[in-house]
Parts: sequence; C-alpha cells; structure tokens
Amino acid sequence: MEMKEEQEKQQPERSESNRIFPQKRSRLSQILAAILVNALYEMRNYPIVLINTVLSPLSFLALIFFVSRGTLIKEAIEGGFIMSMFGAGTSLQSDLSHLKNDFKLQDMVVSSPTSWQIYLMGMAISELVYSLPALIVLGILEAYYVQMSAFALLGFIAVLLMMFLTSIDIGYTFATFSSDIVQSFAFSRLISTLFSTIPPVYYPITYIPNPYRYLAYLSPTTYSAQLAQNLGGSISLPFESIAIDWIILIAVTATLFLIASRKARWREI
Amino acid sequence: MIEESIQTLSCDHLTKIYGNSKRKALDSVTFSIPSSGIFVLIGRNGSGKTTLARILAVELEPTSGKATISGIDVVKEPLKLREKIAIVPQEARAVPWMTPMQTISSYLLWRGYGYGEAKRKAYEALERLELGGSANALTRTLSGGNRRKVLVATVLASEAEIIFLDEPTTGLDPISRKEFWDLLKKIARERFTFLTTHYLEEAEALADEIGVLDHGRLVRMGSLDQLRQSVSYNYSMKIPLYPKPPLPKLAKGEIMEGREGYRILTVEDEAFSIARDLSKGGYRFTVNPVSLDDIFFYLVNREGEKTNGNERGARETTTREERE
Ligand SMILES: Nc1ncnc2c1ncn2[C@@H]1O[C@H](COP(=O)(O)OP(=O)(O)OP(=O)(O)O)[C@@H](O)[C@H]1O
Ligand SMILES: [Mg+2]
Repeated sequence: MEMKEEQEKQQPERSESNRIFPQKRSRLSQILAAILVNALYEMRNYPIVLINTVLSPLSFLALIFFVSRGTLIKEAIEGGFIMSMFGAGTSLQSDLSHLKNDFKLQDMVVSSPTSWQIYLMGMAISELVYSLPALIVLGILEAYYVQMSAFALLGFIAVLLMMFLTSIDIGYTFATFSSDIVQSFAFSRLISTLFSTIPPVYYPITYIPNPYRYLAYLSPTTYSAQLAQNLGGSISLPFESIAIDWIILIAVTATLFLIASRKARWREI
Repeated sequence: MIEESIQTLSCDHLTKIYGNSKRKALDSVTFSIPSSGIFVLIGRNGSGKTTLARILAVELEPTSGKATISGIDVVKEPLKLREKIAIVPQEARAVPWMTPMQTISSYLLWRGYGYGEAKRKAYEALERLELGGSANALTRTLSGGNRRKVLVATVLASEAEIIFLDEPTTGLDPISRKEFWDLLKKIARERFTFLTTHYLEEAEALADEIGVLDHGRLVRMGSLDQLRQSVSYNYSMKIPLYPKPPLPKLAKGEIMEGREGYRILTVEDEAFSIARDLSKGGYRFTVNPVSLDDIFFYLVNREGEKTNGNERGARETTTREERE
C-alpha cells in the first residue's frame, strides 16, 4: 500500500511539465506580462492616471510658453519630450520598488524562468505605454510648431532613446537597492530634481549665466536638450559640439547600462 | 544510487549571514530528503524558515555552503533551477487593482505561456480553489484569506515541479485551511512542495518530512514517526500554573514551564502515577499521547537551554495557541 502510493507520487512529476513546455517559453509573453501588469490593467482600472501623465510634461511646457511670450515654444516642446523620456525612468523606479517591496511580485518573478533583462525590458516598455498619451499630444504640437526634416527627426528620436535608456538604467539600479517605498521615493525625487529641474531642458543653456552654466553640464539631460534644440533649428551648434554632445550622451548611457547590469541585484545577497 | 541523488533536496552546511549582521540567520544547515511529496519546515519567528526557502528558491544567495535540488546546484545553476520552481513569498500580496484572473494569467505569461493558454490555466486553477466566481472581481474586493488563495492559485496554475509556499495558510479560516490541505495533498502527488508554517497540526496533517529550525540551526529532521521516536517519552501532560501543583520527581521525563502551564513529557507508568496523585489533590490536568506540538516545544526548549543558558533558556517558550 505504502509502496504503491510512493510510486504514484513520483510518476506524473516529470511528465506533466514536459508536456507543457517541450517548446520554448515565449519571450513576447514575458514582456507582455509586464506591460499588462504595470500599464494596461492600471490604466483600465484607474483612467485618471492618464490625465496625470499627459499633464505633467505639458504643464511645464505651458509655463515656458507663457513666460517667454511664445518665443520658446520649440524648446519647450522638445523639452517636454525629453522630460517624458526621463520621467519614464523615475516612474520605473517607483513602480519597480512598489512591485518588489509591497507585493513581493519581483520575488515571484525572480523564482521563475524570467530573466532580469526580460523583466526590465517589459517594465521599461510599460513605462513608454504609460507615457503614450503625453507623447501623442507632444507629437501633434511638434508637427505643428517644429517641423523637422526626416533626418533631423531620426536624430531626435535617437536622442530621446538615449535619454530613455539612461533613465531606465538609473531607475532600475536604484529600485533594486531600495528596500522600501519611502526610501525609493527619496531617491527618485533627488534624481528628478538633479536631472530635470536644474538643467536647461525647456530653454537654451545660454539663458543660464556663466558660472552656473557649468553645473548644468553635469546632467545628461543638458546634452540631449542641446542636441534636440539644434535638430529643431532653434539653435545652431558647430559640428564639434554636436560630436562632443553625442559622445557624452552615449558614454553616459553605456556607463549606466554597465552599472545597472553589474550592480543591480536580481538575486539578493 | 544515481536515481537517489537526482530525486533529493540536499543542503550542505548552508549558512546565511545578512549584511553586517553578526547573527547567523542560517547556521550550517545540513540535510538530505527526497524531493517529492511535502516537506514542512517549522520553527519560531526568526528561526530562519523564510531565509532557507528564499535561498532554495534562488532569490537569495547563501553566505556559504551548498544546496542542490534534484541534482541542480542552487548557487551555480540558477537558470536551470528557475525553470522548475515557483514560490509564494511570505509577504506576497495580490495587486489590488487587478483581478484574480489577471493576477494568475499575467504570472503565467511571465513563465512564458501563450496568452490563451494562460487564461485557460488561470481559470482552471481558480475553479480548483473555488474562486471561479470571483475570477473577474478586483482583488481589493476579496477577503484577506481569498487574496492569499489567489496567490497560491497562481503558482499551482503553473507547470513548476517544485513549489515553495512560505506560510500559505496564514489568514485562512479553519475550514478553508482543511480544504487547502486536501488540495495540497493532491498537488504533492505531482510535485514537490516545500512549505513553512506555524501551525503544527498542518505539519502533522501534510508532511512527509518535517524539519525543525531553531535560531538558524536545524535541530531535527524526519518523518512524523521519526520525530516521535526521537523523543523517548510517549505521553504529554499539561497542568495549569495555578493552583500551583506539587511537581513530581521524575525518573523518566522532563518538566517544562511555559506561559500556559507545566508540560510534562514522560512514559506511560509515570504519567499514570502522576495523574493519580494530581487527581487526589484535586488539580486539573490533561494527559495525551505526545503530539508534534509537544515535540516542537521540547526540542526548541532544549536547544534554547543548550545554546544560551541565561538568555534563551529563561525565555518563556510559547506554543501554537499563543502565537495564533
Ligand atoms: N533582509 C534581512 N536583513 C537582515 N536580517 C534579516 C533579513 N531577513 C531576515 N533577517 C533575520 O534573519 C533571521 C531569520 O529570519 P527569517 O525571516 O528567515 O525567519 P522566519 O523563520 O521566516 O520567521 P517568521 O516565522 O517570523 O516568518 C531573523 O533573525 C531575521 O531578523
Ligand atoms: Mg518567515
């Protein structure tokens, strides 16, 4: 009797899982999971969050537009794009810490066949989905006021992509270190002040008087704003400055990516 | 021989020290058990149950030592192991703005299922736990126990062969808990379940193997019968502290003092003679065959005295009733 039960216990053990996954697990599904959990379900259940994502980049834009009596509209729109991208990383950080610390959802994913790369990619894309309404509004404004050539547009998208990757790396690295949500908020506030409020994202850097200008150069958002303003035609940079800005932007993105992949913790220690 | 190493969970001097802590959360834990059926880990708060579960579920790196599950090295082959495992962490909560259906199917998507398959499996699992009716209600509208069940359904819906459940029945009512046990027993035919609990009757009802942790050390391991045999007394008496009873001198047995009274573990003859004396004096008491509760009380009490006479030995040992 005892023996028989033993055998029953062991037999189906392996066959069941083999039946389900002889084929490969779908990466697409794994990415979709993050987009559903972190963006779509939330947007569906709380549509009010959408208003917020549209308003926050637009409110700064409106402010600059009014104060400059309309002269800085191009810079403000480009700044709005850059800030949306940078904001993706800040919200990624708080979303990740929320899911990790308050729901232990990340622990469940760590103990599953999802790699950190796929988890992060899914979460990052979910932040883009979240910013989509804002990006659409900005896109309409861009088409109306800025009108870039196809080549400039490609350059602009590349700048935005760099900004996105940079902010995602920062967000992920900090999120994996935080052990509670308050700690995480403290980090994300600091970062968004340092990288988005102080640097000249919504207006040209020449508006900042000289000794302070050097402070602005500490932030990667400054370089991307400069490149974007150049591409949009509101400032005209010499070739060397464009090259230097690009090199700095790529270097910062690559460095942060390395830090994120080396230092961020998936399995805790 | 080979078959045996493939079908086991083994820990070899597994030790964990968190950060700069001086204490060992796990202290040289060493054991080897079949990786089938249900393994239940019991121990007081802070004894290291969660730490051990998290290390084996590849969430946490041990400080030193080695562990393998079904021949897969926990430290060196995390990717291979993650293909086979699933966990419900102790403090996991279902996301309140999602429905049980969304919670389970998204977890399955993370495991790489196709969308349709994920939905189907999710529904099956909810039905199995009798939550089919709430499949599309927001989790925040469910009761606390049902939210917990949703998480359990999540890993049950998956194909994982090895399941870690860290205190899965906390917050379930007694009837739900018993139903949950039945389900776990069924599941354990297909997969290895590693479960931690504070409910000793849960261990009694479910466990093929029981491990007892105390202050990070594994103080006992074995089947319920083996645990019973490891205590050489077969009767347990409980006597209230007041009115203070005359405590007998025991030739064979142990007297332990807890918050709810004295607990005497002894052999049959002694138990009866003590019972006779107590009855004569009109004292209240109970006599029962030794339960897991008694064994746990005994092991943890004794370990406490052994490791630190002043601090831990003097501490009052609490039992199940108080903790619940
Ligand atoms: N992240 C952490 N950092 C530092 N110390 C920790 C951490 N997690 C647990 N500990 C310590 O490790 C020891 C074991 O904790 P663990 O959570 O494994 O116990 P447990 O048996 O699961 O307890 P409980 O029954 O209360 O859940 C405790 O002393 C605890 O304080
Ligand atoms: Mg625990």
